Amino acid sequence: MTEMTDVADVNPAPRPAAGEPLLVTSKVTMRFGGLLANNDVDFEIPRGAIVSLIGPNGAGKTTFFNQLTGLLVPTSGEIIFDGSSIVGRTPHEIVEVGIGRTFQNIRLFGAMTVIANVMVGRHTRMKASWWGSLLRLPAVREEEAATRLRARELLELVGLRRRYEEDWAKNLPYGDQRRLELARALASDPKLLLLDEPTAGMNPGETAQMTALIKRLRDELDLTVLLIEHDMKVVMGISERITVLDYGEKLAEGEPEEIRANPRVIEAYLGKQATSA
Amino acid sequence: MTEATTAPPTQEQTDHAGAGHRGDTLLELTDLHVYYGNIEALKGVSLTVARGEVVTLIGSNGAGKSTTLRAISGTHKPRTGTIRLAGNEIHHLPAHEVVKLGIAHSPEGRKVFSRMTVFENLQMGAFGRGRERIDDDVARVFDLFPRLRERRSQKAGTMSGGEQQMLAMGRALMARPTILLLDEPSMGLSPILTEQIFSIITEINGQGTTVLLVEQNALMALNAAHRGYVIQTGKIILADSAANLAANEQVRQAYLGEI
Repeated sequence: MTEMTDVADVNPAPRPAAGEPLLVTSKVTMRFGGLLANNDVDFEIPRGAIVSLIGPNGAGKTTFFNQLTGLLVPTSGEIIFDGSSIVGRTPHEIVEVGIGRTFQNIRLFGAMTVIANVMVGRHTRMKASWWGSLLRLPAVREEEAATRLRARELLELVGLRRRYEEDWAKNLPYGDQRRLELARALASDPKLLLLDEPTAGMNPGETAQMTALIKRLRDELDLTVLLIEHDMKVVMGISERITVLDYGEKLAEGEPEEIRANPRVIEAYLGKQATSA
Repeated sequence: MTEATTAPPTQEQTDHAGAGHRGDTLLELTDLHVYYGNIEALKGVSLTVARGEVVTLIGSNGAGKSTTLRAISGTHKPRTGTIRLAGNEIHHLPAHEVVKLGIAHSPEGRKVFSRMTVFENLQMGAFGRGRERIDDDVARVFDLFPRLRERRSQKAGTMSGGEQQMLAMGRALMARPTILLLDEPSMGLSPILTEQIFSIITEINGQGTTVLLVEQNALMALNAAHRGYVIQTGKIILADSAANLAANEQVRQAYLGEI
């Protein structure tokens, strides 16, 4: 594991106006045939906050993420991001408005290099036209060079060693593939970053580093972060608010201390070891 | 959630694990070298697993844990070195032959057949057993993971990550393995299920299955294991009883998250 470098040289996203939440969902419902995966979920994320979504396996957490990112269209309900509805928008349009994500079951381009994976993440912010790319106009070449530079910075930022750059993504160890997914998500300059189990497959030391990195990203890149995570050390350590889903419905919501002490959450999710987390 | 939840194997458990004949070497890796292209992932790994044991392999990301399991199950061939199961060389065999000999692998990243149902995935796990009846085994897996019974006819790819993890382990059990290779069985599981998965491992072992366990949750793994190896950049750097490893200052700092 390598150290993370300073983030100061990475351009910060424009600071959003404080006040109304960055994301608000109301009565979001997702039905798969007879299965009600999300049921009337009301939820919001304040700007600049780190919020966690927890709950038993199969509670509908990833399904909720998939609706926020356009991979699924809610059966009913509304999702407002940064003041406008994103229901019905395609995944690439949602990346454009500023939501980036990582996946629980890692979805990298396995037979592309590490650096190319990050550069793809930047695609939505690039201006080159089809003809321009074909003719390799100077402006296009410049933009590509700048993208490569930025990708390199992001790789450093997430703690991926330089020597990986030209390796195929699929040859990276699992934990490093998670870091690469994070770099790719950051390349799109998101306002809201959705992380689906960012520390799965990492040992306690690596997990602590990832936790610190998420905090730094929020503080230094002015991001808002929503994460799904089962490691309570991570969740309790960095979340300002926690929402608990169970059978597709909101079971509880509150600050870490309230959630940790909530008997319903302990019974459904945390187990008797909760107090020791 | 790093507190121990599974009691360390007591003397009695240790003596009775594997139906009482723990001792003779079941699996033996000798000087294994494994490559991904030009990258040498294992640089001469040797280890043994005795019949009836739970052995855990601890190490950082990229140390070679999953690669070791892949080499054993025949899904990624070693370039040099030998792997013996009960004394017979198996490293030249294709993966489907290795399964038939009694080695089942629950791989990193689950790798369930996503377009098949839960039940079909479990049937696939028993594929190497030919025409034997498998109803009892399916029932056993459903008893271990009641959630899978509820989802019996659902396509595996539509299940949550944690449910797929249960299915991957259940599918491996369907082979009725002599030795079970588990790659991060707790990945993606809720705290409650993580506790359960470790008691399931102890239970399976108590029924006579030998287990080689790779786990990032090193503390829980050491609590469930009899012995452990520490692997670092493709080499075994430490081998000891699980209790000694859990007490080892170096291990605590590097892998148990204590500073």
